[in-house]
Formats: sequence, C-alpha cells, structure tokens
Amino acid sequence: MTEQGTDRVKRGMAEMQKGGVIMDVVNAEQARIAEAAGATAVMALERVPSDIRRDGGVARMADPRITEEVMKAVSIPVMAKARIGHIVEARILEAMGVDYIDESEVLTPADEEFHLLKNQYTVPFVCGCRNLGEAARRIGEGASMLRTKGEPGTGNIVEAVRHLRQVNAEIRKVVAMSEDELMTEARNLGASYEFLKEVKSLGRLPVVNFAAGGIATPADAALMMELGADGVFVGSGIFKSDNPERFARAIVEATTHYQDYKLIAELSKDLGIAMKGIEISTIAAGERMQERGW
Amino acid sequence: MKRVGVLALQGAVREHIKSVQACGAEAIAVKWPKDLENLDGLILPGGESTTMRRLIDHYGLMEPLREFAQTGKPMFGTCAGLILLAETVVGNQDAHLGVMDVTVERNSFGRQVDSFEAPLEIRDIDGPFEAVFIRAPHIVSVGEETEVLCVHNEKIVMAKDGQFLGCSFHPELTDDHRITDYFLSMIQDKSDLLLPNPSTYSKV
Repeated sequence: MTEQGTDRVKRGMAEMQKGGVIMDVVNAEQARIAEAAGATAVMALERVPSDIRRDGGVARMADPRITEEVMKAVSIPVMAKARIGHIVEARILEAMGVDYIDESEVLTPADEEFHLLKNQYTVPFVCGCRNLGEAARRIGEGASMLRTKGEPGTGNIVEAVRHLRQVNAEIRKVVAMSEDELMTEARNLGASYEFLKEVKSLGRLPVVNFAAGGIATPADAALMMELGADGVFVGSGIFKSDNPERFARAIVEATTHYQDYKLIAELSKDLGIAMKGIEISTIAAGERMQERGW
Repeated sequence: MKRVGVLALQGAVREHIKSVQACGAEAIAVKWPKDLENLDGLILPGGESTTMRRLIDHYGLMEPLREFAQTGKPMFGTCAGLILLAETVVGNQDAHLGVMDVTVERNSFGRQVDSFEAPLEIRDIDGPFEAVFIRAPHIVSVGEETEVLCVHNEKIVMAKDGQFLGCSFHPELTDDHRITDYFLSMIQDKSDLLLPNPSTYSKV
C-alpha cells in the first residue's frame, strides 16, 4: 500500500522548503557554498539567468554532468530546469533522480502552446506564474509548487513584486466573492471553477508559492517574504555578486527574520557590490522571459 | 492551557501550529531564545536540517535548546526535527542537539522520487496512520531506554526516549492530529491551572 508520487508527497516536499532560500548554482563548488550558507535546496544550471540573457541563443537543460556533480556534492535537495513543454528533458531529469524540476521560462521554450502534463511524473515540478489564472493552469497540469516569474537575470525586483501582488490580490478577491460569482471569475481568469472553489475555501493557493526573478539583495528577499511569499529563489543574485558566501548567508538570514529590520541592516553592511541590475523598460518586449508560457 | 512552541526557523511551521491548535493547545512560533520561556513543550518541525542547524548556531539557539531539554519538558521532532534531536547522525561527526538516544541516517529511503506515503501501525495509536515520508531519515538503532513505536519495511520510523518523541515522517502534512495529541499527552497538566494567554502567534 506504499504509494509514490502522490500530490501529498510532491506538494509536501515544497512545504519543507518554506521559509527557505533556493539558490542557482553552476558547479559543485557553488553548490557546497550554497549548502554551507543554509540554502534549503540548489538549482543546478549550466548558466545563471543573467548569463543566458547576455549570451543569447537557445538555452537548454544543463549538461547532465553538471547536474550529477551537484547532486553528489550536497545532501540538500537538487532541482534542475527543463524547457517549457520539453517532455524528454523532464524525463531525463526524472531518470537522473533530480528532486524537483523547474519547467522554466528562463530556458528557451520547446513548445509555445503546451506545457508539460506534470501529473504524469513521479518527480514534482515547480512553475512560474504572474497571476492566479496562470497559477491555476500550472496546478491543473500537476505543478506541486509555484513561484513568481519576475524578470529573471535582471537583479530588478519590480516584476516579482508585481506578480506576487497580482496573485495575492486575485486570491483575496476570490475569497471575498460569493459562490455565484465564481464561475464568471473562472472564465475571466482562465482558471477552473473547481480550482477557484478550493482557493476560496483554503484562503490561499493549494501549493507553496515562492518568489523568483530579480532578487539581488537581502532586503529584496525580505520584501518578498513581507509580501507573502513562502520562500525565495535567488538566481544570478548570489554568484554574480562580489562576495557570494557572505551574500548567500545574508539572504538566508534576511529571509528567516524578514521583519527584523535592524538585523537586516546589520547583515547588509559592507556586503560589496550586488549584481548589476537592468531596468525592465530597456528590455524589448519580445526578450522578456516572463512572456514565455501562458 | 498547554503552551507548545514550534521552532520557526524554516520548514513546515504553519502545519504544526495548526495541528497544535486543533488539539486545543496554544502554539507559539519560536525564533529567538526568549521565545522558549514559559513553554510546556517544543516541536521541531520538518524542513531542511542543515539549514535549521545553521540558523540555530547563528542565533545562539543551541544552548537554550539544550537547556530546554534539560528541564525535562517534552520535545517532538518530525523528519528534520528528529535529526536535530538525535544523539548520533550517521556520517556526521557531531550531533545537533544530541539529546535523544537514537542513531539516525539522513535521506535513507532515497531521493524525492522515492518519497512515499503509507499506512502505519503505531504502538499506542489505534488504527492505521496515513504517513507521508519525504526524503525521510530513519532510526538505525535505539538506546536501551528508548521505546520503538513504529517500524516500516524493517526500518524504525518512530520512537520515544522519555521526554523525547521523534518520527521520520510528517504527521503535520495530514489532517490526522492523533500524533500531536499523543505528544500533548506527554506534557504534564500543571499549566492547565494557569489562566490561558491570548495567542501570540500571528503569522509565520
């Protein structure tokens, strides 16, 4: 009667990450730094989002050797990214024993129409969302964890803030609605009626929702927690900073004690230079990663 | 009313608080040493044990937690919490709190794809308990005084050593509060004589 890959097992894994920081790493050494700094998981990648943005071209699943090396280096969970809709990349990562797959807009989509049917896999998935409708569709496909899309690789928090506020505002609206208004809202959002009923009764999403896409400082991480994120992903922010070890530790502490402003002030002192940010309006609409997926 | 702390550094804090409240006790989120004052018992939740350990060290919680253990008040660890309580962790030179006489091994059922749920027969609890195991540890061996409460596939997954209760699965991920109730029954009733305090828990 032992069952694997159930919703409870897959969503539960994300519950254990709550209040934590998941860090992008590109090799075993970075993975060890992240683990020592208190990361709750690492995301194994070939290039961090800011390098993907700079280099251009097609971004794919990382070389399995990198992922394998990271898995051997740490005892915390290892996540990895597959392209949106790339069934085989996802199956490869599952076969390798990766703990969580990010069906990610940071990579170049393999399918512009269909996302993965994630409930067919034993391994759990995390997906990006900008609003409640997108969250509903990803959960409907079987995502066990969500994150804001933000605008990856920019070091600019503005889009992650926008997306988290949007999702939470839409949740509050659904909770306040009367039952007879839900079907119309479901049509407007592109969400299923059953999903909205569940959100209304829970008062929140049925899965954990992290912040991602633009977190560059301890204060950014604390801001996302303040706005209601369950935890944070930090991509380029750590290993593109001057002092990754200190940055990583400071972001972990700021996430735990996000309302302790004196502490955040202390741990933000002399951190060195954060990654150089990009103003969103300077990125052509077609190059914004958040527009990938639907 | 019994006052139960939940170590709130990282992990499934909200679920434990909900479960404690559902059992009619007061739940306190513990982030700093001062939060340990006036508690009747403490829960160490599931999460990532390496992360929790780092934060415990950084905020000077290790000694206060060990002192709390010395008072004889009950402590309950689930998954990562069990690892924190254990006297020996396979592959680690030093234990974390090192107060419960068990040896545990981390991630001993495999990676996340091997995580599972299964109904368990638990001593002292009537009927099967639907248990969720996530990258779970197991108890390799127990000390003389430690009672084994549950074995699954020949692995010890729940045990009690005097005031310490530990399990390698996550009762907090289900709506079944019998194990929380069991833990609360380990707390003596003296605090019931005091007037209840308004809940200081707001948000985790």
